[in-house]
Amino acid sequence: MHVHFLDPYRPRSSLIHKFDPSLKLVLTVGFILTCTLIPTGAWPIYILFFALVLSADVLSELGVGYVFKRSVLALPFVLAALPLILTVHGKTIFSLPIGPWVLSPSYPGLERFISIAIKSWLSMQTAILLAASTPFPDLLVAMRSAGVPRLLVSIFGLMWRYLFVLVDETMRLVRARAARSGKSDRPEAKTGRHLAWRARVTGGMAGNLLLRAFERSDRIYMAMVSRGYDGESRSLPLPAVRPAEWAALFASLSVLGILIFVAYSLWG
Amino acid sequence: MQPAPISMHIPDGFLSVQVSIFLWLIAILVIGYALKRVSADLGERQVPVMGVLAAAIFAGQMLNFAIAGGTSGHLVGAAIATILLGPWAAMLVLTCVISIQALLFQDGGLLVLGANIFNMAIVGVAVAYMVFRTVRRLTSGRSWSLFMGGFLAAWMSVEVSSLGTALELSVSGTSPANLAIPAMGGIHALIGIGEGLITLGALAFLSASRIDLLKANQAAQARGNLVWVAGLILALTLAIASPLASKHPDGLMSVAKQYGFLSNEQNPLYLLIPHYLFPGMENKTVATILAAILGTLIVFGVTFAVAYTRRHRPGAHEH
Repeated sequence: MHVHFLDPYRPRSSLIHKFDPSLKLVLTVGFILTCTLIPTGAWPIYILFFALVLSADVLSELGVGYVFKRSVLALPFVLAALPLILTVHGKTIFSLPIGPWVLSPSYPGLERFISIAIKSWLSMQTAILLAASTPFPDLLVAMRSAGVPRLLVSIFGLMWRYLFVLVDETMRLVRARAARSGKSDRPEAKTGRHLAWRARVTGGMAGNLLLRAFERSDRIYMAMVSRGYDGESRSLPLPAVRPAEWAALFASLSVLGILIFVAYSLWG
Repeated sequence: MQPAPISMHIPDGFLSVQVSIFLWLIAILVIGYALKRVSADLGERQVPVMGVLAAAIFAGQMLNFAIAGGTSGHLVGAAIATILLGPWAAMLVLTCVISIQALLFQDGGLLVLGANIFNMAIVGVAVAYMVFRTVRRLTSGRSWSLFMGGFLAAWMSVEVSSLGTALELSVSGTSPANLAIPAMGGIHALIGIGEGLITLGALAFLSASRIDLLKANQAAQARGNLVWVAGLILALTLAIASPLASKHPDGLMSVAKQYGFLSNEQNPLYLLIPHYLFPGMENKTVATILAAILGTLIVFGVTFAVAYTRRHRPGAHEH
């Protein structure tokens, strides 16, 4: 199964899991904002952030390995920043003539590239921690109390509820296609006909999936109405935020603020 | 597990804070307006339809087919959602898909979520709607009008969204414009064909089995003059601005600096703290080395301290 379609929540009883979901969301976004704001080449700050992320990994009882493994999945996007090594002007590392072009990577470019990769990796890890330590229904309540409109939160909730059902539907469609598709050992025997035909088959599957979704939503609506649905989805309120949690949030945010100040005064 | 497809989901750290916040503001305004329109136009019945359709579009990204050389086409869904639900509801559905991908599966960042919503849910849907409605008007009555509209809408929405993504990366100073824009545009011109063919196949299936689904929302399709105009403006702007920017990357940089989008040289925080070093440190190199040593000590200190306190709780890992 595609790793993307498994519920990322890992139940544990750690401090991070028990932390109030709304404050956790604020803290995660605050950390990512700080990461993005830190100037290029502020390596000690990156090291410090790495320490913070590692500590949070350990505190969450999820294990450093779990978080690392997931964070590698999104790294291919780093390729988008790779050309920076060649295009930022500055002291060059070496010059390599290839045909009409001369490849000359520069130190400032390399520094920019590595900084972007590290910042992105650190941000990713905090997002993984948030997803793995907070059940999605709690995040929905947090969003609602943070003022996200009711309609949007309802769609989020229904989407989440039926995501795994529809993933199963999709996998049945994919399995059916695989079961009806032959594969030859002989390399000269072409399988799967031409491109347009393959695309049409896949399109038919997509249409089939959408149709099943429509018909299922009809049944869901009937079931909801028969249970008294009036447009509002109700859930139990989360326990009140404890003073210690507020204190932890403000302490962490002020540390992040101080770090931004230090980073700009030394490397800005 | 399939390899990650080349995607338009920008991770955190790739856009400057100014660009991220600017696009968040636009996304909030547009989605807020879309919510108002959808609540006014549609009843509570649409809520499960939108939720389950969002789940289907997310799950449908597993459907792929081999193109060539290990690459594969897969569904993004802006066009098919627009055709099935009308533009405003489609924006909400795609916003939900993109937000869940970012929040739970780290496919795209959180600070840059506004930018991802802008590129895929707002630009993607507006362009798809503009193309689809224009083609339907021009070829009304022909049997192939639906299919041609669907294919072109899907291709254009993917292509224009990718140009927007490339432009944002360039304005943030992350990718050079003269490389990023042709590369993103070129790859997505091909990916768009895959998206278009899947959309075409899905429309063929739906029109053969449940033509009423495609006709039921004609009222919602008609109420989108604003989206049509927005789609036209976005498509034209991005189609004209990106080749210009890729030809004159320095021009783009100076515009970005002028409007304060490029953070590394002109930062408001930097102006607050002019060349300033901590007392007792005359030399920047010394300060850097000291800070590095201190930083490394802190890493080990903090991590070991946390790990140590954990070790004193046997049984914590047992459940």
